Amino acid sequence: MSVNLAQETVSYAPAEGALSSFWLLIALPLVSAALLLLLGRRADRWGHFLGCLSVGVAFVLGLVYFFTLRGLEESSAELTLFSFMPVSELQVDVNLLYDPLSSVFVLLITGVGFLIHVYSIGYMAHDPGRRRFFAYLNLFVAAMLLLVLGGNYVMTFIGWEGVGLASYLLIAFWYDRPAAATAGKKAFLMNRVGDVGFLLAIFLMFATLGSVDFEDVFNGVPTLSEGTVLAIGLLLLLGACGKSGQFPLQAWLPDAMEGPTPVSALIHAATMVTAGVYLIARSHEIFSANETAQTVVVSVGAITLLIGCIIGCAKDDIKRVLAYSTVSQIGYMFLAVGLGGAAYALGIMHLLTHGFFKAGLFLGAGSVMHGMNDQTNIRRFGGLFRYMPITAVTFGLGYLAIIGIPPLAGYFSKDPIIAAAFARHGWTGWLFGGIALLGAGLTAFYMTRLFVLTFLGPKRWTEDITHPHESPATMTVPMILLAIGSVASGFLLSLGLVDYLTPSLGPETEVEHGPLSHLTVTLLTVGVSVIGAALAYLLFRRGTALEEQPARSPLVRAARANLYADTFNETVFELPGRLLTRALVYFDNRGIDGLVNGLAAGIGGGSSRLRRLQTGFVRSYALTILSGALVVTAALMAVTFGS
Amino acid sequence: MEELHLPPIDYAAIAPLLLVFGAGCVGVLVEAFVPRAWRYRVQVPLLLAGLVAALIALISVADKRVSTAGGALAIDGPALFLQGGLVALGIVSVLLIAERRVERGGAFVAQASVVAGTDSDRRQSSQPGATEVYPLTAFALGGMMLFCAANDLVTMFVALEVFSLPLYLLCALARRRRLLSQEASVKYFLLGAFSSAFFLYGVALLYGFAGTMSFTGLREAAAEAGSEDTLLFLGIAMLSVGLLFKAAMVPFHVWTPDVYQGAPTPVTGMMAACTKLAAFGGILRVFTVGFADINLDWEPILIAVAIATMLVGAVMAVTQTDIKRLLAYSSIANAGYVFTGVLALSEEGVAGTMFYLVAYGFTVLAAFAVVTLVRDADGEATHLSRWAGLGRRSPLFAGLFTVLMLAFAGIPLTSGFTSKFAVFSAALGADQVTLVIVGLISSAVLAFPYLRVVVLMYLSEPAEDTPTVSLPGVFTSLALVIGLVATIGLGVVPGPVLELAEQASSFIG
Amino acid sequence: MDGYLGGYASLGLLLIAAALLFVVAFGANRLLSPRNPSGAKTTTYECGIDPVPGDWAQAQIRYYVFAYLYVLFAVESVFLFPWAMVFDRPGFGVVTLVEMGVFIAVLALGLLYAWRKGVLRWT
Repeated sequence: MSVNLAQETVSYAPAEGALSSFWLLIALPLVSAALLLLLGRRADRWGHFLGCLSVGVAFVLGLVYFFTLRGLEESSAELTLFSFMPVSELQVDVNLLYDPLSSVFVLLITGVGFLIHVYSIGYMAHDPGRRRFFAYLNLFVAAMLLLVLGGNYVMTFIGWEGVGLASYLLIAFWYDRPAAATAGKKAFLMNRVGDVGFLLAIFLMFATLGSVDFEDVFNGVPTLSEGTVLAIGLLLLLGACGKSGQFPLQAWLPDAMEGPTPVSALIHAATMVTAGVYLIARSHEIFSANETAQTVVVSVGAITLLIGCIIGCAKDDIKRVLAYSTVSQIGYMFLAVGLGGAAYALGIMHLLTHGFFKAGLFLGAGSVMHGMNDQTNIRRFGGLFRYMPITAVTFGLGYLAIIGIPPLAGYFSKDPIIAAAFARHGWTGWLFGGIALLGAGLTAFYMTRLFVLTFLGPKRWTEDITHPHESPATMTVPMILLAIGSVASGFLLSLGLVDYLTPSLGPETEVEHGPLSHLTVTLLTVGVSVIGAALAYLLFRRGTALEEQPARSPLVRAARANLYADTFNETVFELPGRLLTRALVYFDNRGIDGLVNGLAAGIGGGSSRLRRLQTGFVRSYALTILSGALVVTAALMAVTFGS
Repeated sequence: MEELHLPPIDYAAIAPLLLVFGAGCVGVLVEAFVPRAWRYRVQVPLLLAGLVAALIALISVADKRVSTAGGALAIDGPALFLQGGLVALGIVSVLLIAERRVERGGAFVAQASVVAGTDSDRRQSSQPGATEVYPLTAFALGGMMLFCAANDLVTMFVALEVFSLPLYLLCALARRRRLLSQEASVKYFLLGAFSSAFFLYGVALLYGFAGTMSFTGLREAAAEAGSEDTLLFLGIAMLSVGLLFKAAMVPFHVWTPDVYQGAPTPVTGMMAACTKLAAFGGILRVFTVGFADINLDWEPILIAVAIATMLVGAVMAVTQTDIKRLLAYSSIANAGYVFTGVLALSEEGVAGTMFYLVAYGFTVLAAFAVVTLVRDADGEATHLSRWAGLGRRSPLFAGLFTVLMLAFAGIPLTSGFTSKFAVFSAALGADQVTLVIVGLISSAVLAFPYLRVVVLMYLSEPAEDTPTVSLPGVFTSLALVIGLVATIGLGVVPGPVLELAEQASSFIG
Repeated sequence: MDGYLGGYASLGLLLIAAALLFVVAFGANRLLSPRNPSGAKTTTYECGIDPVPGDWAQAQIRYYVFAYLYVLFAVESVFLFPWAMVFDRPGFGVVTLVEMGVFIAVLALGLLYAWRKGVLRWT
């Protein structure tokens, strides 16, 4: 894609040479998934190898295409495979687009994906459903690649739905555990809310522009009225919020941790949840055209990153802490892509580094659980450094990376976002910059708490654990590789990523300095992080109580209750569909009885009030009928004599 | 003295009616003279034969468009189509009513007057159920057929009572949960009588206004009258109340959940399918023939009623915990959708309404058939929590029920979609945009309780005491197959039936 | 005293007079009569026999069934009178006769059923 500023047109070059086969990226894992599912038990013995192989080959191909693309002048390649929906006005082709933005996602998905596949061989070794697990993982990789390679919004949407499906299947992988099945449903349903937004955005594009191709849409944006652009932008944002677990649709992501840990690492940390960021970055022409839409994106990001941090401080489950940390880090990415301009690339950069360190952290968590009889409560860990040195070191590097200690990856990606937030004009810069800075401090606090309680301090293990062990090589090697990524990726990416993405995300504009210089922000950020970390270390170095203590302050209570997210959502969303979904989430939170009875609560006062009319007494029924008759008569009288 | 003439009667045109009533009368004779042990074996074939004969007779007179019996009956397109639908749905209902394998002795009690819980009640629990239900069913169906063809107010009232009275009785005859059943019956009877009074009062007022009972006469008188004629608008209001009660429209729906829950499930199925069809047949005729040219703005009120019905039915369905009550509220909401078609006040609307009624009838009968099969030691297990995990226990029936629920939710390729499409497009054609929007919102809300049942069946752990699904006997199996085939058939190839409905969509008179 | 409601004026006056008469008669009674209640005086008067305890006595269901059957046939016989006036006129004839036969047969069917079910037996 090349952007010509003078004419403001977007056009993609057709795929040629080696790039004309980049559909293979999607096809490989898809075929593998199909084989694994269709062959059934016959593939049990070698299925996981096939799964790894397909993603590994896709990664190699991704590298080849990456370098091919670097050599091209147009720096984009569009591939139209066949006509998908030729319905008079609506012409949707199956076309794919490979450009710098897609290429980095492809590398992230296949690269991290491959490592996690390898890790899963060890992690799922004793699970009878391992083949099915790999089939779903492959399916996920294929769908995610379709999402980032789609050349029009419909293709992206198909991938979008595909990852939703795979995510559902994988969260509920242990479907015989009610909590997992419920979490799967919750994720699926909350995602649907976002999907509706995305779908409506597509409808709106078609209604106003007559096309859903990226090219046509981006070129058509200037012709649209401001309101339409805003509507499309907000609807896309709704979709992005659903998929990325952003406020107000964040509640499903922590529950998704019921799935196997590799799933948490791959889907709910590194890749799928960043789809929202991808969508906004991809649609940057739309968002850049409307400042209100951008402000909303920034606000969503800021709110979410705070929510994630605050709740993260209060959680005791190792995976949930990481999940809320994911929510919060994606908040940073949203903040970045909402700021626009050069910050788009910063968001993508944080996304990539986050992919490394968060996947590494999750795999570390999985390794800890693996060695501790699937214990997840960090109050019952402690002193594991001696028993799991590799896990502890790799986890530690990921931890240092996420809190932004230079020169690890997080520093290079998060710091510029905070600086960019401060650079926003007016008081909003102070507000968003302040929130981002506060978030950095909180992140340091809760991540330190997590690390100290898990690996340092006294042992607080449950009785059944005598000798925790380090995990096998198939698990540690991916962790080591990801740890290397957590250390080095930030610096490497900071060298050239922003320039590389320019063709996709528009020309780089110099990040303006806000009221604070870049150096000041850096010092502030690192300082706040260090203070947060030190505070947590001092508080928790001697361990903590084995059980959750009653909360004294309302803030702690609120944080433990996920900041009353469910309650909040219920009151905020007044559209019936959302209200209904909310009811569904409530309903899923409880058992079968709660499932049935909880609905009344979900639909709200109206329904229960109506229900009270259904007393079972004939006399009150007769009264209802009589009143109805009177109303009908009175209304007839009113229209007859009133007009 | 004025010369009297014997009104000519077109016996061929009313042969279907006579056949059904005849089957009922012979059924009474069978009750009186055939030994008890033989009655079941005589009654069921007799009634089925009567209904099949009526169906054949209907097909043979399908092209008739006459007004007969001195203008009391109009055998026109809608009447014939609705009668055909009634007989077809009636056959399926009778199959459900006749089932005796699922519950020993059938779903009906031998003697309803025995006090529940006494020794004699326990004794009769081993006896086969009453066979009076077959003639009663025949009379009810006959009354409904008459209701659809009634061309004047008094015939309509007689028909209303003819189909209501047997239903009151049938409601009280449940073998299990007798008190609930009898309570339902009494409620239905009292409220039915109450609404009949409204209806009759409306008839009287309209007669006072027009000096005639016939719809055509009424229409002519109404077209000339000023809009401020008290008799006219009061009459319309009262008549509407009576009709809306039978169709279970809000706020005249209050009886529905209690009665649907208490009545024996096959009867509930018949009420949901056949009574609803008949009630709307009457409503169609009254509003499109009787008051079509009236100089009175009654539409906004009925639109409000339709909107209230769709919303209240859907919202209330969400909080239900009993499958029969859930289906009751769903039937209320569906009445709202049907009414949308009526309010289109066009031939397209009539066709859509009639198609909807028939399609919905088959689906709802099949759904209640499944309800009869899910049983535990206390009879049918209707509480939704008891359905949890049913998908694991009996994948076949859970799958079947899922298809039916999807049809209710209006998923394409099921009859639910085509029928909703038919009424909503008719309403759109008549510029009733509000109705359609509310209808769509309401269907979205309603999809939730349906899918909840599906989710419950598949994604929940079966409990220790999860009820089993009884093996259906021949009759229920047949009913299920017919219901399923109709549900999917009318969804995939709705063309022929839709076309038939369109051809039959113009009233005479 | 004219207009739509004028015709009802005399009826209204009559009603008022009746009400007045009632009030005056009972009021006079209340004022003039001596009152000296005792236990025996306040009991319900029932043809000189002491009332049986409990006023919610159950009535035999057959009273109801018989009364119901009677009313049914009494009402249906109303239809016979107009028929009897016209059935021998030209143009009516056999068809009319048969139709009334069917009508009566249907009624008889009900009676037959009631008889076979033992409804008509008292004990």
